[in-house]
Amino acid sequence: MSRVVLVTGVANPLASVTARRLAEIGEAGGISRVIGIDTVVPTGDLGGTKFVRADIRTPVVGKVLAVEDVDTVVHLDVNSHRSNAGGGGSKELNVIGTMQLLAACQRASTVTKFVLGSSSAVYGTSPRDPAMWSESMSARGGVRSGFPKDIVEVESYVRGFARRRPDVIITTLRGSQILDVAMHSPLSDYFAGSVLPATIGFDPRLQFLHLDDALNVITESVLEDRPGTFNVSADGVVLLSQAARRLGRPVIVLPSLGFAGVSRRVIRAAGTDVPPDLHRLLTYGRVLDNSALREIFGYEPMYTSAEVLEQFRHQIRPGILAAFGGNA
Amino acid sequence: MSDTSKIGSAGRPGRGGTTSPSAAARSLAGGSAVARKPPTKAAPAQKAPVKKAPAKNATSGPAKKTSAKKAPARKTPAAKRATAPNAGSGTGERPRLRAVTAEDAAAAAASAAAEAERETRTAGAAPLSAGIPLDEIVGAVIQGAQRVLGSDWDTRLAELLATIRRRLSGDYEVDEFGFDQQITEVLTSAVEPLAEKWFRLEVRGIENIPTEGGALLVANHSGTVPIDGIITGYAVNKYSGRHLRPLGADLVFSLPFVGQLARKVGATLACQEDAERLLRTGELAGVWPEGFKGIGKPFAERYKLQRFGRGGFVSSAMRAQVPIVPVSIVGAEEIYPLIGNVPSLARLLGVPYLPITPFFPLLGPLGLIPLPSKWIIEFGEPIRTDAYEPDAADDPMLLFNVTDQVRETIQQTLYRLLGDRGSAFF
Repeated sequence: MSRVVLVTGVANPLASVTARRLAEIGEAGGISRVIGIDTVVPTGDLGGTKFVRADIRTPVVGKVLAVEDVDTVVHLDVNSHRSNAGGGGSKELNVIGTMQLLAACQRASTVTKFVLGSSSAVYGTSPRDPAMWSESMSARGGVRSGFPKDIVEVESYVRGFARRRPDVIITTLRGSQILDVAMHSPLSDYFAGSVLPATIGFDPRLQFLHLDDALNVITESVLEDRPGTFNVSADGVVLLSQAARRLGRPVIVLPSLGFAGVSRRVIRAAGTDVPPDLHRLLTYGRVLDNSALREIFGYEPMYTSAEVLEQFRHQIRPGILAAFGGNA
Repeated sequence: MSDTSKIGSAGRPGRGGTTSPSAAARSLAGGSAVARKPPTKAAPAQKAPVKKAPAKNATSGPAKKTSAKKAPARKTPAAKRATAPNAGSGTGERPRLRAVTAEDAAAAAASAAAEAERETRTAGAAPLSAGIPLDEIVGAVIQGAQRVLGSDWDTRLAELLATIRRRLSGDYEVDEFGFDQQITEVLTSAVEPLAEKWFRLEVRGIENIPTEGGALLVANHSGTVPIDGIITGYAVNKYSGRHLRPLGADLVFSLPFVGQLARKVGATLACQEDAERLLRTGELAGVWPEGFKGIGKPFAERYKLQRFGRGGFVSSAMRAQVPIVPVSIVGAEEIYPLIGNVPSLARLLGVPYLPITPFFPLLGPLGLIPLPSKWIIEFGEPIRTDAYEPDAADDPMLLFNVTDQVRETIQQTLYRLLGDRGSAFF
């Protein structure tokens, strides 16, 4: 059976790379067409992807599904921050966009598979967190605002859709942040800065994800049937202080109260920025248990967190303290 | 020393002025009286770094066991003479030598080097002195390093520097819980004087800790500040060689510095998921089920066990099929006798209690010094849980029974240990 895949949010880097990858697989892998959808024209190369400029917050998306006979929807239009949308715009896109898309999918009888590119932010971040999150646990704090709140709502809508359309195979991928300069994830932007602001007295445990691993998992869930929710993350843990030393970047410690506010402006003057949803992560950290990905999904991540960081180090400019740090 | 010096390669060029020949020239001359002169003059220079350590020993008392005892074997005759009167203070010590920590080593090496340097400067300034040959200074520095780091001092120094370099470049491993073995080892040796000298810790039943595989250590909690957790971790590491992974309250992880340090020494949140994950991977987990009710109880209620949580620790052990080791800690109750509490201020600060002890806040920071009570930690006989099915963890009555059994074991052991200990402080 040859698939018609719809990829949402192709203007963002991960979705455009995913669309291109799927288009390259083409007929050989059983994909006849890839359609990319977004409100703005993507800057990256989409390869053989057919681009449709439409807004998934409008019923137009239903027409696209019907006209193109889409049977697989890869929803990657859930982002923590967007360069082209200000402030409240991302909530609008994340939650309302998902609602409209799911409404359209529910009507479209051709749709048999739905892949959601969720985020590990769904677990929130708080000092009451267990050391490692597995898929059955739910957030204990830190999901009351911003992107974590969005993603929790998005996942709950997808669960609702799963109840109403039990025939659709639904894969929810809760990914750690991809560390790659081209992907512009909040953590990549943070680590690319010349100085790294951190909260005083906290050394969070961080986990990363390699772009190749992310793409492989998304592709595999499109090509194969992998129903369920999976944490997608590299093995191992890197502490923030450790990462800063490896990258040769000085850490600026700030009191946790002023972390979000005034000090942020000072930091920005130094050429670094802390995206708002990153504060808590950089205070308490978050680690995922990827055993379900290995045992049930059947994918072995190729890189450990430390290796992802090492590759990232080669992509960015050397840090100020690079002479002391890193193992180049 | 001067016998081994070679012409042109050692000694300072141009030292021989118009009044006296150079060191090299003097040794060439072969006159025994003249040739022996520099060593006797140089003796103070060697004496200085050597003398220092026994003096330090004498002042800091038996608490500091430096490697002074090792030194005489390697000393030159001159140095031996210098230490001979002081040797008594060093030899009366116990045979067990304390591991020299990195800080000790660095500080002592630095002071030895500074001392040697000062001596050279003064010797050089004195117009009458013929000067100390460079090789003697180097010899003294090397001796100092040997005294501090042992005979393989050069490899140890290289290792130390390599470790520091690796730390600075972030080239070390932590596990998923944030456990950092290197930091833990340094901190363990830092806690040692507190445990062994201040609290005069006595450990019993260490053989009850399984040498491999998971086990859950359940202990009583007391002492206003959870120092008993630190000392138990030290005792387990020191005497059984395994690392204890303590399970802490969420307050610990929300506090800056404390939470960070707790994670680095292997602690994690006291919740079902983390406990089971640790036990399944064959780690030794430690839990203090009394929690804040235990450490924050008034001094009058010392050694009376509080409610043992909700028995969550038993179900974790049962699910993971690991034994429960009851741990009884005597001595922690007296370190900060809690005689008062300011509940309203505590609520304001978001802490479970705000302690008032006889010395805190009366004496300010001085009141933070724990009282030197005598400690006994006894590891009891393991209570096996693998006789039960894993799904027995869902039977609340069984959980209550096992919880009570553990609690009763610890309570009885506490009474027995209190009898054995006698006076709390002497």
